[in-house]
Amino acid sequence: MSDNAENKAAGGGASGSAGALDAANAGGSAGANLLTVFRNGLLDENPTFRLILGTCPTLAVTTSAVNGVGMGLSAMAVLICSNIVISLIRNLIPDTVRIPAFITVIAGFVTIVDLLLHAFVPSLYSALGIFIPLIVVNCIILARAEMFACKNSVARSAADGLGMGVGFTAALILIGSLREFLGNGTIFGIDLTQRLFSPAALMLLPPGGFLAYGAVLAVINKVTRNKTAVVGCDACPLRCGMKDGERAGLADARGNGGAV
Amino acid sequence: MPDSGPAGTGMAFDEKYTVTASPHIASDITTGRVMRDVLIALIPAVLAGAWFFGARTLLVCAVTVAACVAAEFFSRKIMRRENTTGDLSAAVTGLLLALNLPPSIELWMAVVGGAAAIVIGKQIFGGIGQNFMNPALVGRVVMLTSWGASMTRWSPAVSGALFGAMPTGGGAVDAVSAATPLALAKALFTGGGLTEGLSQATLALPSYSALFLGGVAGCIGETSALAVLLGGLYLLCRRVITWHIPAAFLGSAALLTWAFGGRGTLFGGDPLYQILSGGLFLGAFFMATDYSTSPMTKKGKLIMGLGCGVLTAVIRLFTTSPEGVSYSILIMNVVVPLIDRYTIPTVFGGGKPHE
Repeated sequence: MSDNAENKAAGGGASGSAGALDAANAGGSAGANLLTVFRNGLLDENPTFRLILGTCPTLAVTTSAVNGVGMGLSAMAVLICSNIVISLIRNLIPDTVRIPAFITVIAGFVTIVDLLLHAFVPSLYSALGIFIPLIVVNCIILARAEMFACKNSVARSAADGLGMGVGFTAALILIGSLREFLGNGTIFGIDLTQRLFSPAALMLLPPGGFLAYGAVLAVINKVTRNKTAVVGCDACPLRCGMKDGERAGLADARGNGGAV
Repeated sequence: MPDSGPAGTGMAFDEKYTVTASPHIASDITTGRVMRDVLIALIPAVLAGAWFFGARTLLVCAVTVAACVAAEFFSRKIMRRENTTGDLSAAVTGLLLALNLPPSIELWMAVVGGAAAIVIGKQIFGGIGQNFMNPALVGRVVMLTSWGASMTRWSPAVSGALFGAMPTGGGAVDAVSAATPLALAKALFTGGGLTEGLSQATLALPSYSALFLGGVAGCIGETSALAVLLGGLYLLCRRVITWHIPAAFLGSAALLTWAFGGRGTLFGGDPLYQILSGGLFLGAFFMATDYSTSPMTKKGKLIMGLGCGVLTAVIRLFTTSPEGVSYSILIMNVVVPLIDRYTIPTVFGGGKPHE
């Protein structure tokens, strides 16, 4: 299937507008291949550090690197499967009930993951606890269903799920490693410090989650400051239909270049 | 400096006539002057700590002050904002933090605590005047939750320890441990014994004079109520603080511990013992009165002090923790914007019309 055909298929989707990526990649009609979609999820629109989605599991389960891996992989499995299925049935779902339909699909895959984890890795299952069933309402998964899978072909949706999932997992491993190192002196259970300092237990407590997330986010923003551009409403896939004048007024009020 | 205390002090008088909105009267009170007064007021407490716990306390003070000033300098530098170490507020934060630490605290932990106080407690929110929690208490609580064992390892107070042998490090210090007056009171109150290997013989409560003059175990700055009181009176005389917060804080804490501090009987508690022990004086005079984290109006200050006193009494009497001054002040810090909102003073000529 060529890119052109894919874009036509996307055009027949629920909302009839181009996918999020086409706008982000300067609106090229044939530019975005699968690798670009993957890369977009991993780096350019990393769900944790760029979209700031899924912060609840990010803060709650990253008390160790292993928990981060478990949570990231579980979410990635659900994300890929739900993206594929939702992309397959995107022309069958009536627009008005699309959110309940998405949730039903996602809940089905979360149940599968939940039972699999319970059966094969009970220790991880108990460590992640309530946050496995809560993947149902993980806003990364719902956001990708709403903004990508229901407007793009199966292959592109799968690539998007893989990219977003890997990006989410990498972010959780990064934050989990930082918290585990500072709070317990280990990474993946390996003692790296030989007890040179007594670890700060605060980093394993809820405040430590906010501190670690904020610190990593600040560093990433600082490093990539010169590479990011404020693109405003043109990159927004929601197309709220706001007029130029209103947008300019809002931009003045918010001082953010028109991004809504 | 845009955030230097009372409005109008940061004005640039480089023109002959300045056309501004009110207020038009500028005073000579600057942040630096206020902070210098606070530092002067803390000298008795620092000396008392050194007298009873040894010269190492002076080292702890120096380390935290240096850590706070360095953290302030570098965080302002990284954020590309003007250097504010000159207003001495970071030094005050460092000194207050040191007075809230046990004498045997590891020095590197004190450095981390000082950096956390300035960076997390203050500079992340924009620096002086913008912080919503007392930075020194943020540093203390970060350390308390991170290294609970080191932060509750009390060494006994020995009169004249300043001129005794200086403990070389952590090992020498924790050879002898002691219980704080509040931990003793709690053990007696709940009827349970202390766990840290203390026999019943050491369960005798210290006298009022020991609590007031100094000589009880505890944080560097809380051994002598007298020393803190001297500093507090100096601040009152210099009009750096008003009486509202300390009076409401101490009064409500005394009333509640008197009413509910007795075992089984109403009004059987010992309010004097409760007030003189722990960090109540230090908190009431130096921590709860921090400008940017306390209400603006007199009525608001009374509410703030009342809330601190109630929370302190509740934590001391009804939780497992013997001391609650830090947490009560931090909780009330968070409520300050609400207090300010509901205590907006009526403007001249305003208010409800007469029927």
